Amino acid sequence: MPKLNMVQAINLALKEEMQRDSSVVILGEDVGKDGGVFRVTEGLWEEFGSERVIDTPLAESGIIGAAIGMAVYGLKPIAEIQFMGFIYPAIDQIFSHASRVRNRSRGRFTCPLVIRTPYGVGIKAPDLHSESTEALFCQMPGVKVVVPSSPYNAKGLLVSAIRDPDPVIFLESTRLYRLIKEDVPKDEYTIPLGEARVIQEGKDITVIAWGSMLHRVLQAVEEFDAEVIDMMTLSPFDEETIFKSVKKTGRAVIVHEAPKTCGFGAELSATIAEDAMLYLKAPIVRVTGYDVVMPLPKLEDYYMPTVERIKQDLEEVMKY
Amino acid sequence: MPERIIESFNVRYLSVLDEKGDADESLMPSLSDEDIKRIYELLILSRTFDHHALSLQREGRMGTYASILGQEASQIGSAYALEKSDWIFPSFREMGVYIAMGYPIDMLLQYWSGDERGMKTPDDLNIFSLSVPVGTQIPHAVGAAMAAKYKGDKIAVACYFGDGGTSKGDFHEGFNMAGVVKLPVVFICQNNQWAISVSRDKQTASKTLAQKAFAYGFEGVQVDGNDIFAVYKAAKEAVEKARSGGGPTFIECFTYRMSDHTTADDATRYRTKEDVETWAQKDPILRLRLFMERKGLWTEQYEKEVEENAKAVVDEAVKNEEAIERPDPKDMFRYTYETLMPRQIREMREL
Ligand SMILES: Cc1ncc(C[n+]2csc(CCOP(=O)(O)OP(=O)(O)O)c2C)c(N)n1
Ligand SMILES: [Mg+2]
Repeated sequence: MPKLNMVQAINLALKEEMQRDSSVVILGEDVGKDGGVFRVTEGLWEEFGSERVIDTPLAESGIIGAAIGMAVYGLKPIAEIQFMGFIYPAIDQIFSHASRVRNRSRGRFTCPLVIRTPYGVGIKAPDLHSESTEALFCQMPGVKVVVPSSPYNAKGLLVSAIRDPDPVIFLESTRLYRLIKEDVPKDEYTIPLGEARVIQEGKDITVIAWGSMLHRVLQAVEEFDAEVIDMMTLSPFDEETIFKSVKKTGRAVIVHEAPKTCGFGAELSATIAEDAMLYLKAPIVRVTGYDVVMPLPKLEDYYMPTVERIKQDLEEVMKY
Repeated sequence: MPERIIESFNVRYLSVLDEKGDADESLMPSLSDEDIKRIYELLILSRTFDHHALSLQREGRMGTYASILGQEASQIGSAYALEKSDWIFPSFREMGVYIAMGYPIDMLLQYWSGDERGMKTPDDLNIFSLSVPVGTQIPHAVGAAMAAKYKGDKIAVACYFGDGGTSKGDFHEGFNMAGVVKLPVVFICQNNQWAISVSRDKQTASKTLAQKAFAYGFEGVQVDGNDIFAVYKAAKEAVEKARSGGGPTFIECFTYRMSDHTTADDATRYRTKEDVETWAQKDPILRLRLFMERKGLWTEQYEKEVEENAKAVVDEAVKNEEAIERPDPKDMFRYTYETLMPRQIREMREL
């Protein structure tokens, strides 16, 4: 089995789905000949041509708007937004249309669209290249939000996202793109959307994370008997797996890169408080980015939850 | 190193039928007497519908509604150039287009009464759900045209919006893409001189809206939007050009919104009676009637039949609509995704 990094795994998923289904097309800025600024679409333009791997003008709202029109017409477009910080002009199209097409037409029209975008801290780049505003999209009924954390699950989740009959926002951590390599089967496999996975079992404390934060979490929990959950899909999210774990451990810590206020941790925390409060031995704790404008690279390490910060909070929670 | 002109454009203006009902025979599009009568009947039907919709709203039997009064020729004339297999991306002021394409009138009333089921386009039509956020449907039309081109479907895509819509970023982004990829799309702007209270000259310093197309590499043409023949001719040519791979066209229909912006608006706050009266002289239906009378296609008797028939059709639609049962509250949940989410299933039980 080939060992692939996340860029290669995503590339393989795109390639295999395009080979399987001629209605799958890719559009975005620099996705063609250049293979995308992170090389995620490398080689696809050569294999599938410029009709299926479309270099668009520099226009985010136009890219997503056109992708919606394609999806409604019967294609399965995969739109790439070059960085999550540049998705904001397209939020109108996502919120006002992609998420509502099915409902508005009572099912006559649907929008099987995937929006891939790199997110988060990771490449020491200028302003707006390090955003992790996933929670914005979790408050849009009608879209799904998926965040892979490894090459293997990136491939399986992306294939599911492409085949999903509704719009999916697919967030790829730039820090993870080339950080890890693992066995990724060439053959077809899928990972269902809406299901979390327990990465490691434990008795004392449930630690919940997704995407890039998971790797810091795994380092931070080394000295604890912790159960670690990778959400993988944030919307719709897997409440059952969380409840099952929290009822067992009685403690919950949520770790994310985005600012604390109204981050997705708030939703998870409220959900646990609503439905599993009586099983808790300690307050639910969120370890998150700060409530500040995402700093430029010199200060980004202070912004991000570090292994140390996560450890400290785990120790606090264990005092109860 | 001389300074020289490297590009220049000419914007065509097209009018065929004047206010007195005289048509320029050299410009007349090919339309049989039957076509002309059918068009006239659609004009009357859509005006009758509009009139009924406004009364229903006043009586509290329908929600906020955007009237098409004065714009019927722009809508029927352009839609008459389309086939059912063509795709249409409308805004909210396009009831004449819906009616010309044969969309069930009771469903239009149902939609404007606040019931999503009215926007469930019948399977034999490709009219995308109307877009309320101004101008945002323009990229959708572009995407559908890209998909049609990729699949090799010989169809045209029509996209409707207003003068206000031309100020939006999506107008620029959509037009730009359509030009680059040379897509089979026809952009139809009803320049009705107003975007709620904002007049056309405050919307853009461009002399015409049509000229904007040239910046994107395709033709824009301005037509007398109250002249059904001019609108039809321009639309027919643009649709044929699109179907045969000639790329996009932008048609600016120069017309006037005779009514308030919507039933929630009072246009007397921002425009004069005189202005409206001047435009009343240019009524699109009146001038076609004068033309037809001269051709022997219109009589008092015919008028009576057409009006009675339109009224009967709309009355019947109102009756049908009022007999429709309220939507099931659970419907709110059913079309968010193809399958219900676990949380939705629990929430649904509360209803
Ligand atoms: C993006 C957006 N902004 C504001 C509104 C509120 N609004 C509805 S219609 C309208 C004016 C539209 O003018 P125009 O495009 O000329 O179309 P018309 O109403 O004249 O048909 C405005 C401001 C809206 N629906 N969408
Ligand atoms: Mg207007």
